[in-house]
Parts: sequence; C-alpha cells; structure tokens
Amino acid sequence: MNELLISGGRVLDPASGTDRVADVLVRDGVVAAVGPDVAAASPGADVLDARGCWVTPGLIDLHTHLREPGGEGAEDVATGSAAAAAGGYTAVSPMANTDPVADTAVVIELVLRRGREVGLVDLLPVASITRGLGGVELTPMGELARSDARVDFFSDDGIPLGDSLVMRRALQYATAFDVVVCNHSEDPVLTADAQMNEGAMSSVLGLPGWPREAEEIMLARDLILAHGAGARLHVPHLTTAGGVELVRRAKQAGTRVTAEVTPHHLLLEDVEVAAYDAVMKVNPPLRTAADVAVLRAALIDGTIDAVATDHAPHGREAKRQPWEHAPCGMLGLETAFPIVHTELVRTGRMDALTAVARFTTGPATVRNTRGHGGPIVPGSPANLQVFDPELTWTVDRALLRSRADNTPFHGRTLVGRARHTVLHGRPTLRDGAVVTEVPNV
Amino acid sequence: MRRLLDADDLSRMVRRLAHEVIEGNGGAQDLVLLGVRTRGVPIARRLADAIRTIEGVDVPVGELDVTLYRDDLALRDPMPIGATDVPVDVEGRTVVLVDDVLYTGRTVRAALDATSALGRPARIRLVCLVDRGHRELPVRADHVGKNIPTSTEEMVVVRLSETDGVDEVVVGDAR
Amino acid sequence: MSAPLTDLIAIRDLTRDQVDDLLDTAREMLPIARRERASVPTLRGRIVCNLFLEDSTRTRLSFDLAAKRLSADVVDFTAEGTSVTKGESLLDTAETLMALGVDLIVLRTSSAGAPVQLAREVEVPVLNAGDGWHQHPTQALLDALTIRERCGTVEGARVTIVGDVLHSRVARSEVELLRMLGAHVTLVAPPTLLPPDVGGWGVTVASDIDAVLPDTDVLYVLRVQRERMHRAFFPSTREYASVWGIGADRLRRLPADALLMHPGPVNRGVELTSEAMEDPRSVITEQVTNGIAVRMACLYRLLSATTRAEVAS
Repeated sequence: MNELLISGGRVLDPASGTDRVADVLVRDGVVAAVGPDVAAASPGADVLDARGCWVTPGLIDLHTHLREPGGEGAEDVATGSAAAAAGGYTAVSPMANTDPVADTAVVIELVLRRGREVGLVDLLPVASITRGLGGVELTPMGELARSDARVDFFSDDGIPLGDSLVMRRALQYATAFDVVVCNHSEDPVLTADAQMNEGAMSSVLGLPGWPREAEEIMLARDLILAHGAGARLHVPHLTTAGGVELVRRAKQAGTRVTAEVTPHHLLLEDVEVAAYDAVMKVNPPLRTAADVAVLRAALIDGTIDAVATDHAPHGREAKRQPWEHAPCGMLGLETAFPIVHTELVRTGRMDALTAVARFTTGPATVRNTRGHGGPIVPGSPANLQVFDPELTWTVDRALLRSRADNTPFHGRTLVGRARHTVLHGRPTLRDGAVVTEVPNV
Repeated sequence: MRRLLDADDLSRMVRRLAHEVIEGNGGAQDLVLLGVRTRGVPIARRLADAIRTIEGVDVPVGELDVTLYRDDLALRDPMPIGATDVPVDVEGRTVVLVDDVLYTGRTVRAALDATSALGRPARIRLVCLVDRGHRELPVRADHVGKNIPTSTEEMVVVRLSETDGVDEVVVGDAR
Repeated sequence: MSAPLTDLIAIRDLTRDQVDDLLDTAREMLPIARRERASVPTLRGRIVCNLFLEDSTRTRLSFDLAAKRLSADVVDFTAEGTSVTKGESLLDTAETLMALGVDLIVLRTSSAGAPVQLAREVEVPVLNAGDGWHQHPTQALLDALTIRERCGTVEGARVTIVGDVLHSRVARSEVELLRMLGAHVTLVAPPTLLPPDVGGWGVTVASDIDAVLPDTDVLYVLRVQRERMHRAFFPSTREYASVWGIGADRLRRLPADALLMHPGPVNRGVELTSEAMEDPRSVITEQVTNGIAVRMACLYRLLSATTRAEVAS
C-alpha cells in the first residue's frame, strides 16, 4: 500500500466547487479521503507539506510542442515533461507538427510511449487534420480514434488549413467520431511575410503587419462551417477583441465551439517587439493593450474556456537570427499559471477558483482529459498540484527545465509557483524539484 | 591659480609680436594671419589691428579648425568641429599661424597639415602668446610672447576678453 | 557637447543635441566632401567595414568615399546571394569581423531591426545604412542638411512626402527627423501604400497631391517599385504616374522657391518624369554630395566616441 498525505493546504477544486482547508490522502494513485482529520488515519503516509498552499487538480495544457520526434535540439519528451511537472501540469497535449508528422498511429504511439517512459506527465494525443500537414488529404481520423491512442483531437497547428473545402470535409467527417477539430485561425494570404501585429508599432518598426482581419476571417469561416456541420471546433490561441466577439456570438448561437488563450497574449503587447528581440516573435502575434483587456475579460467570463500555453521551444541560435528569419514561438509551461495568478488573481480581477478552472475543468470541456482536471474526491485519480501563492520568484531562462530558453518572461518577477506536482499518486515535483527517478512501467 | 600676466602685459606683448612679425617678413605685404581655433583667432585679430596701426596695412585674418587633423582624437573628449574660414588664397603667401599656448607641438603639427590642405604657402611662421615647454615634436615658434617654464602637472590658461571676458594668463594645478 | 554616439540605427534614438551636432559637423565636412579641400587624416588607421547584405551600389559608394575622405581604411563585405543574405549567419559574420579587428560596421540589410540585433552582439559601433522598411538615418540626415543649407533652417518648413511610404525606410527616418527639427510634414500616398495607424507620427495625411503642392516648401518624392503593382498596391505604373507621379505640369503648382528632392535612384516615368528631374528646383545631385559629408560626420562621431571608451577602460 502506497500512501501520500497532502497536508494542510487550501483545496481549490472547481469540479466539485470546493474551496476549504483540508488534508488530501492518496492511496495507490487514487484520492482516498479529503477532510480535516485524515492525517491521523494514515500514520505511515509520505507527507507533502501544503500549509499556506493551494491544492488544485493537476493542470492540463491543451497546446504543447514537445518537438519529439524531429526537433530534439530544442526540446524532447523528457525535458518538456520536466517543464510541465515544474509548472504544475499533469497532462499536456503534444502538437502534431513533429517530423515525421503525427498523422499515423505509429508516430502518435511512439510519443505516448516516450511519455510513459519519462513518467512526469500524461500525454493527451493530438493528430494532424491532414496528412503531413499538407492541407489536402485527411488524416485517418476513424482509425486513430479507435486505435489504442484513442485520438480525440486533431490539429494542423502552425499551419492554417486554408482550403475551405478540406476544412468543411474535416469538420463533417469528424462528427462521425465526435472528435475535436482545431484550426490555426489565420488567412495565410493576408499574412504573407507578416512579422508582427499590424498597427502603430509595425508601422514604426517597418515590419510587415499581421492584420487582425486575417485571424478573424479564418475564425469566422471555421465557426460557420462548424455550425453547419454540427462539429466540435476548438479555437486555439485567440488574440483579438474581434475574435472573442465571434466566439461569444457562436456560443450564443449554439455552435459547438471552445476557445483557448495563451499566457503571453494575456500579458504582453506588441510594444515588446521594439527591441527586435526575436524571443518576442510568436504566431499569432502579440497584439495591443485593448486586445489584452478583452482577452482577460473573456477568460474571466468564460467565453474563453481555457488557458493553453502554446509552449514552443526554439534553440538559441534560431532565435538570435534577424527578426524576419527567426521562428515563431515562446516557452510557457513553467510560467503559465504563475502569470495568471500574478496578473489576474492577485490583482483581484479573477477569483482563485475560476483561475484554477481555466487550467483544469476548462480544458476538460474541450476534450477528453482522461482523469485529469478533478474533481478532488475519493475515487478520483490523484493528479494534483500544490501551488504556493506567496512565493515570489524571478524568471531566469537559464534555470527553466526546457532545453530551449526562449521565454519572453526572462527577468520578470512573478508571484506563486508550483511546490509539488502529483501524477497518479506519485510526486513528479517535490519542493520545487522535479523528481526524475521513474518507477518501472 | 597664479596670475602671471594681466591685460596691460598682454597688450604690450601683442604690440611687440606685431613688430616682430613685420620685421621678420620685411613688411606687411603678402601676409595672412591664421588663428588656430579657439583662442588663436582673437589673438590673430589683435595682431592684425596692431599691424594696421604700425604699418597702415590691412592684413587678412583667417580661422583654422584643426580638429580633423589631430592625432589624439582618441585621447580627448569629442569636440565640435568649428569652421575653417580663410578669406584669401594662401598660395604663395606668408602664413602666420597664431595660437595661444605652445605645449606638446601636436596642435601646431595639425595646423601645419590643415594649412597645407588649403594650398601651398610660400612660407609658414608660428606665433604663440605663451611657450610652456614640454615639446613632444620638433616644433619651434618664430615669435613667442612669453616663455613660461611649467611642470606637466600644471596647466596654463590664456583668457581673452573676446572669449572669456577678461585678459589674463594664469597658471594652476591641473588636478 | 552632446552625449557620445555609440551606434546610429534609428533617428528616434538620437537627441536633438546629437542631431544638431551631426549636422553642424557635416557642414564643416562639406568642403572636404566636395573636394574643395584635401582629405583629412582624422581616422587614419581605423578600419570601417561596409557589410552590405543587400545590394546598394550608391549607398556603399557614398560610405566608401566618406570613410576615405577621413583616411580610414575600408573593407567591403558584400554578401549578395550568399547565405548571409538569408540572415542565417549575420552574427557569425559579425564575430568574424570582430576577429579581423574592424572598428566600425556599416550595415545594409533587408531585415528590419537587424542592426539593432547586431549592435547588441558586437563591441564596435554599428551604423545603419538601411534596414528593410525600418530606417535609413543617414539619408534623413543628409536631406535635413540639404534643406538647412538651402533654406537656413528646417524649422517651420512645409515638407510633402509623396509615394510608397509603407515600404520606405527613408520615409520613416525622414518623418522622425523632420518632426524633431520642427518641420510640418504631409504624407501623400495611395491608401494601400500608407502604413496603418500613423496617428502618432505627428503628420498630416492627404490624398490629393495637387491640393497640397501650392503650400509645399519641400517636395520629397519617394521611389516606387514597379513590382508593387503585381501585389495590387496600385493598378498600373501608368495610373500611378498620372495620379501620384510628379511631372512638369504638376510642378507648376509648386512654389518657385520650393525644393524638389528624391533619395534616388529615380524610376523615371513612374514617380518622377525625366522633365521634372531637370527642374531648377531639383536638388537631387546636391543630396548626393551632402550624403558624403553627413556620412563623414557620422563616422567621425561614432569613432571618436568609441575610442574614448576604450581609452577610459
């Protein structure tokens, strides 16, 4: 019998609506008891001190680039999993834009097996919508949905599916298996050569602009197609006020749509580009203060269901290139929840339970998260985060667990950080240190 | 700071230097006075005034900025480049370079280069108000107002009413 | 004395004092630039590297002459068509140049912001000779010098800039500098070739060039690339020339004492007719000479500032 006692924390569990100080007893990977007096019942348990901390379901990321296979110079399953554990995550969704592309059961199984071997975070499978991200032929959704991997989420992330006919067929076909289709909202014709948000900053900096119209046109098209097909559409990384309004109206109209926002789009604006440091280059681009305000409000009111990191590691050399040649993407796993906590919860804009929901129950409404996201009640899988909301720390790119160091938050002071992370009853992060010795699987 | 020379001393000195220049040139013909910016310029004008009084001849006066010809750019604060304004062609004339203090000789060397860039004078003479020694180059003035032996720790400052509101020469500690 | 210059990348990085000093210095360089006076030994022994990752014979020649009039040694690193133009190894190239001991890098590149990035990585001054659509500071300075020499001051001048502002590094530097110096700037461009949200630029935007010309002291015509019409920025070069181009007819509306300027090279028959180029108000060739003087001033200031830092350390 393997017992773990998480002692004296404030249990914040959106799925059960719980917000109270309680011990959580875990036995053999499953929550055994939650209450004020469970400590006495388990004198032999391994104890994780959670006094002064929040005990939340383990966080779920809907949008992660682990870069394996093919991009191991920037990240792999082991380093990405360590970053996830350090960020309080117990489940992440590795995107399909690997090399080879995750468009067959073989590649997806390979990544999932690597995830199990590393054992620091559960991987929720993602397959591409089209073969090889080519935008032409559909990936075998039925086979993948019925494979051992049980793929329920399809995305060509990074490459917009521009062909309306292919997108329409993908959405229609997906309804047969009730799987989710997620398209990068960007009209690629309108963003040819685009380098940053189109606006006053791009005009000064002389960088070709990424018009908001490009995001909203594609989003509107997808919403209309999904509505017509009765399909489940997930909108990744919303960045514009207009896009939020489109999602809001579609939800009111009964479209089966969910949406996510990234921590960087909740915090950073396009003025960050002024120093031409390509670490600030991201797709979709950092927008304006007005957009940030609308995204925050939409996250709070639930129009946006989830915060997703779009954790996108890139090597130092790639990011040191001149801006126009540097790749898009930012690290996110280790800083996501602390940013939302620092910027929205501590400032009083968002209550703690809602913030936790956007990282747990929110993602669980988007796709099948397989025992992640709560509730924290007896019988549930013990996937938990113990978050210290008072710990003040300064982001140091050299100390992050990712192989790459392209965080846009280097040098920024944040309040709150994961202290312990528990995956199926086993600590993957303990007192801020990733627990790398893995039990045999 | 010690004052070594006052306004009367300076004016006597300028009159004497004017006589010396005329004598050295065998008259005031074909002369052009080039003041080395900044304080060489008003001294050159005073010399021209004195020559007019003595000889009744107007000698042309020009201004020379030698910044671009210096070899110690790296050792000095960046300096604004002043105008070089020479009203006559120096070709074939006797150019009299006029500076306030002769010290290492580097300013004079730069002034020689700057003058050569303007054309080919028949000869170049050098007048300085004060010679404080410590030459780093084989440079010698033709006419000196006053020799003031100094140590390298000291500095010699020529103040003129045109630029500083007072006529005097002072010596003080450089530090 | 203004603060020492460490790099020259964008006009907005300069203070008014620094601009005035550069223009005053350039003015004293003019006789040397015009070859009325011999070259000066000021930068003897210094090595200036022209790192031109984008072809521009004219600008390179101007920097080359500027450096040589100051007796600097010039090494050319032109990388047209090599991997450096793709930007992959700009910083590798910079490391090589450092190892070779260059004292200053003049960088021309199609990548906006690359000089900013380069300046972060190298110890020596970086002089931006044009980066993408971003900035071309020496062009703006030479234009300001030209206006100052002709009109006495830039303050209060009514400058009309007409043409492809969107793709123009010249326009961006021009607007920043002219505004700093107190000119009134009007931009006239097809709406497709005007950058978005220029509300913060402190300029007037107009669409009818004929209406603006009578109230113009300086008409600044920007280059328009013919290829733009293939991306639907405007219908045809013929339409561009008739609606936005400057010809003799249109110049009749320009006051007699106004100036006509162009950064060169001119697309004859598109933004300017050959006839218009011959107009007595044109100062286009003067701009070229002034360019040498301005670049001399910039090299002089950048190199005296850095050597000073070296001595201090």
